[in-house]
Amino acid sequence: MSTWLQLERLRFAPGERRILDDVSLALAAGRTVILGPNGAGKSTLLRLIHGLLRPHGGWLSWRRPLSQAMVFQKPVLLRTTALGNVIYGLKLKQPDAAKCRRRAEAALDRAGLLHLAAHPARLLSGGEQQRVALARAWALEPELLILDEPTASLDPASTREVERIIKDIADSGARILMTTHNLGQARRLAEEIVFIDDGQMIERTAVADFFKAPQSAAAKHFLKEEIP
Amino acid sequence: MTELDSGFTLARQLLLAGDARLWNIVLLSLRVSLTATVLACLIGMPLGALLAVGRFPGRRVLVVLFNAMMGLPPVVVGLLVYLLLSRAGPLGAFGLLFTPTAMILAQMVLITPIVAALTRQVIADAWQEMHELLHSLGASRLRAAATLLWDTRFSLSTAALAGFGRAIAEVGAVMIVGGNIDGVTRVMTTTIALETSKGDLPLALTLGLILIVLVLAINGVIFAVRGWSERRWG
Ligand SMILES: Nc1ncnc2c1ncn2[C@@H]1O[C@H](COP(=O)(O)OP(=O)(O)OP(=O)(O)O)[C@@H](O)[C@H]1O
Ligand SMILES: [Mg+2]
Repeated sequence: MSTWLQLERLRFAPGERRILDDVSLALAAGRTVILGPNGAGKSTLLRLIHGLLRPHGGWLSWRRPLSQAMVFQKPVLLRTTALGNVIYGLKLKQPDAAKCRRRAEAALDRAGLLHLAAHPARLLSGGEQQRVALARAWALEPELLILDEPTASLDPASTREVERIIKDIADSGARILMTTHNLGQARRLAEEIVFIDDGQMIERTAVADFFKAPQSAAAKHFLKEEIP
Repeated sequence: MTELDSGFTLARQLLLAGDARLWNIVLLSLRVSLTATVLACLIGMPLGALLAVGRFPGRRVLVVLFNAMMGLPPVVVGLLVYLLLSRAGPLGAFGLLFTPTAMILAQMVLITPIVAALTRQVIADAWQEMHELLHSLGASRLRAAATLLWDTRFSLSTAALAGFGRAIAEVGAVMIVGGNIDGVTRVMTTTIALETSKGDLPLALTLGLILIVLVLAINGVIFAVRGWSERRWG
């Protein structure tokens, strides 16, 4: 595994508070899961990596630029159909309308939503909306797929299905960088765990080691809180 | 009081009789104000969207300017357009003064800032919600503005309505550039002003009633469209 992204003393501090404080981190795994309590700075870190926010200090160095897609913690959908939302993402990169449509339908099908393709996206249930957002992202076939709590509002069956698709996407060569509060999911999906707490990078550990014996006291404490 | 009563009686008769002169005035009003509204939307909405999502020097100044121009007095707009169109003015050669075209132009100038300012507000809110997504998908700011204009199309109907409401109800601008010529540039508001001052209350009252009904009806339609769209698209 070679490093594809190196973060050097990344700092994000829009006001008085330091939301991320000198985070240095090498990302090398194909599937990395970021763990940490609410407000730790996980979403902020993903936004910085995706280029939506600019760091106030430090830098990111990419081994080579990767095409990216991101699924946000709260799905944001346009006032059009589910299919229209997926097509919109593709259309910006691919002028061939027929091709866009085919790819969008395939992506929706993969998300188990083809039967709702013509449905107004904003009227779908929370979980369905989340899956439209997922379909929109993986339709783009990015080299790096960033997922911010992608299964937070999904039922068990959809969660299992989405986990399977994430694995497939990783197997096809894309890198996955995601957050979750579902520790079982982190165990199943991650190769490496990055643990952050209160804006600090605490540890980066191979998944088996992390759950067996985390290096930091903070992570130990975090894991102890899991409801068995 | 009896004057008012007989006014209403005559007004009813005028309405029922389908008085040709009356309906010409109403139709001209609608033609002028609807055309002005369409033009104001074509200019004001893209402008408002660019003010909301654009990043260029002077953007803030423009925002303040447009907000301030929302309150422009119609007579002042009328005067400015008058100067523009008068024979010695820069557009004098076209001979537009005292024509319906001049009235359309004046009302357009009057309501474009309203449409632009209200559009900016709507698009700014939508941008707040969607800028990360649009950025993530690689949409340029121009593309984002277009996307948001379409996405907020139903909310924007309110901006168009506000513009139309102001246009159809104003007197000052059309009076100055139209000249209130009988059968040519006389619209509802200018007729009401003139007939009232002449003491011909029935016609003034009739037009006043029609004006109120029109504004209510259009408000109702837009309200229904918004409600329907929210149920349809969320
Ligand atoms: N633009 C901002 N300005 C100020 N504070 C912010 C900003 N963005 C995030 N924060 C704050 O930074 C902290 C980290 O937020 P972030 O969303 O990254 O947490 P998180 O780890 O994703 O939490 P969660 O598990 O609840 O999703 C929070 O306390 C939040 O209030
Ligand atoms: Mg978060």
